[in-house]
Amino acid sequence: MTAPAELRRASEPAEPTADELAGQAAFDELIAADSRIEPRDWMPEAYRKTLIRQISQHAHSEIIGMQPESNWISRAPSLKRKAILMAKVQDEAGHGLYLYSAAQTLGIGREEMMRQLIEGRARYSSIFNYPTPTWADMGAIGWLVDGAAICNQVPLCRASYGPYGRAMVRICKEESFHQRQGFEILLELMQGTEAQRRMAQDAVNRWYWPSLMMFGPPDDESPNSAQSMAWNIKRFSNDELRQRFVGMLVPQAEVLGVTLPDPELAWNEERQAYDMSEIDWTEFHEVLAGRGPANAERLRRRREAHEAGAWVREAAAEYARKQADRAAELAGAVA
Amino acid sequence: MTRPTPDAHGEVSVDRLALAEELAGTGSASGPGEGARIAPPETAEYALRLGDDALVLAQRLGDWITRAPELEEDVALGNIALDLIGHARSLLHYAGSATGRSEDELAYWRDEPEWRNAWLFEQPNGDFACTIARQLLASCYWFELNTALSASTDPILAAVGAKAVKEVDYHRDHAAQWTLRLAGGTEESRRRMIQGVADVWPYLDELFEDDELVTRLAADGVAVLPSSLRAGTEAAIAQVFAEAELEPPAGRTAFTASGGGRRGKHTEHLGPLLAELQVLARQHPGASW
Repeated sequence: MTAPAELRRASEPAEPTADELAGQAAFDELIAADSRIEPRDWMPEAYRKTLIRQISQHAHSEIIGMQPESNWISRAPSLKRKAILMAKVQDEAGHGLYLYSAAQTLGIGREEMMRQLIEGRARYSSIFNYPTPTWADMGAIGWLVDGAAICNQVPLCRASYGPYGRAMVRICKEESFHQRQGFEILLELMQGTEAQRRMAQDAVNRWYWPSLMMFGPPDDESPNSAQSMAWNIKRFSNDELRQRFVGMLVPQAEVLGVTLPDPELAWNEERQAYDMSEIDWTEFHEVLAGRGPANAERLRRRREAHEAGAWVREAAAEYARKQADRAAELAGAVA
Repeated sequence: MTRPTPDAHGEVSVDRLALAEELAGTGSASGPGEGARIAPPETAEYALRLGDDALVLAQRLGDWITRAPELEEDVALGNIALDLIGHARSLLHYAGSATGRSEDELAYWRDEPEWRNAWLFEQPNGDFACTIARQLLASCYWFELNTALSASTDPILAAVGAKAVKEVDYHRDHAAQWTLRLAGGTEESRRRMIQGVADVWPYLDELFEDDELVTRLAADGVAVLPSSLRAGTEAAIAQVFAEAELEPPAGRTAFTASGGGRRGKHTEHLGPLLAELQVLARQHPGASW
């Protein structure tokens, strides 16, 4: 049951074997009971593939997502903000590491995932392809981008795949801190000088729509959603989560004193939901297709860091090998 | 195999954790009594030297985040930088108490000749080996310094030293482990490690230079006499070098040995570093963030 995915696929007969039928039955039972699937359990190939794709994309998003914020570490306007921003970007590296580990339990290596990323074969959240020209972007990213991420991710704590769900519990706790620090940055700016208030509103204007796009296409155009919901990986639809997010933002925007840049945004008593303008999906698809403002820049930075660090990773591997040889020699001498 | 129940971890609420508690881990400068005690002028100048050392190196190390050779090093170097910002904030907060200036006024509104850091800390990152070499020298020195500082007759300096020494102990271990890996890894990594050590070595002597101010303060048990830290620091470095089969390079010069950082004289590297650190704060005088 623990053979690597590709071996099993190569030898897979047209008709399911008795083992597979039993595995599928056990899997179905666990899903029906809303219980966890663990790495050694039998799972359908499509479930495994879906999870590898989703978890590695999520890990890549954390890693690429470090860049727009690291842009302001050196220039953070107070030592307190510098420390908080550094801690936040460091958390994101940590999230990437948990998530790569969770994906590794499904039979894919970190090197392979990293290669897919730097060769442009893997996706990551398009939101990180927008630039961060001002300090207020640190606030808007925390409030809007991390806020949207929380709406998406809190339900993932109950995802059926155990290692993913457990990684998400820890990640969500840290994300909630990230969101509040973003809100606090904006609050401080909105209570500050005229220039600071303009900076904050400008950042909210730029990040609002991209953050709504983070929930993905509308439900009727989201091809993978139904299967992911049936597998208890996804718990709510894209549009449901988007509504929930906007509902969370409206009162917070009032506290901040910022205007959400949608003139049609209004509570609809009859539908018990917010009405909003049509999202510009052309932009979404452009950014998704790699033609966003900073796609090339983000991938280049990751590739350069990876390539420039190759000699260090080789040295560490070589040193570990020599140490192991020495230990074996010593053990031999003792024996 | 035991399987966790689906709700074993419960619901995660986005508001459950208190922000203030979480911020405590990011180097808050509000340690015990720090708000209350005012530094005597000479003690303030000494605290400024130590604080500037930590802040300048933190600024350098922050540049590695998103550029490190592996993700674990993005985390590790970021973490070291974060510890150093914590030390710097406590020290600058205390230094500023003498003249009614905040940690941020000191960090953002002083020009180059007013900075008191030693030259080692402002040197560029270079490649990973050069950064590790600088980390090895800096953290061996800081370990000795903070160990001695924790016995200072000044309660604030003693508290800062006692907190910092535990953190710097990890930084020293991190630098030593990487020195061994790079020196004993591949031919290329060994060549780079030797070069990195050669690049930073000339800046070691300045750390041990005594002057009148620090001699007076040391006589009162407030400061640690820099020259008293030489033996311990060099012994710690020598121990790592011996295991890594590295030689201490020649290349100490009278010019770098006398340094000048403590008197506000700096290498050409500090200016650009400060320009970047200070640019946004200076665009908005009087603003709060």
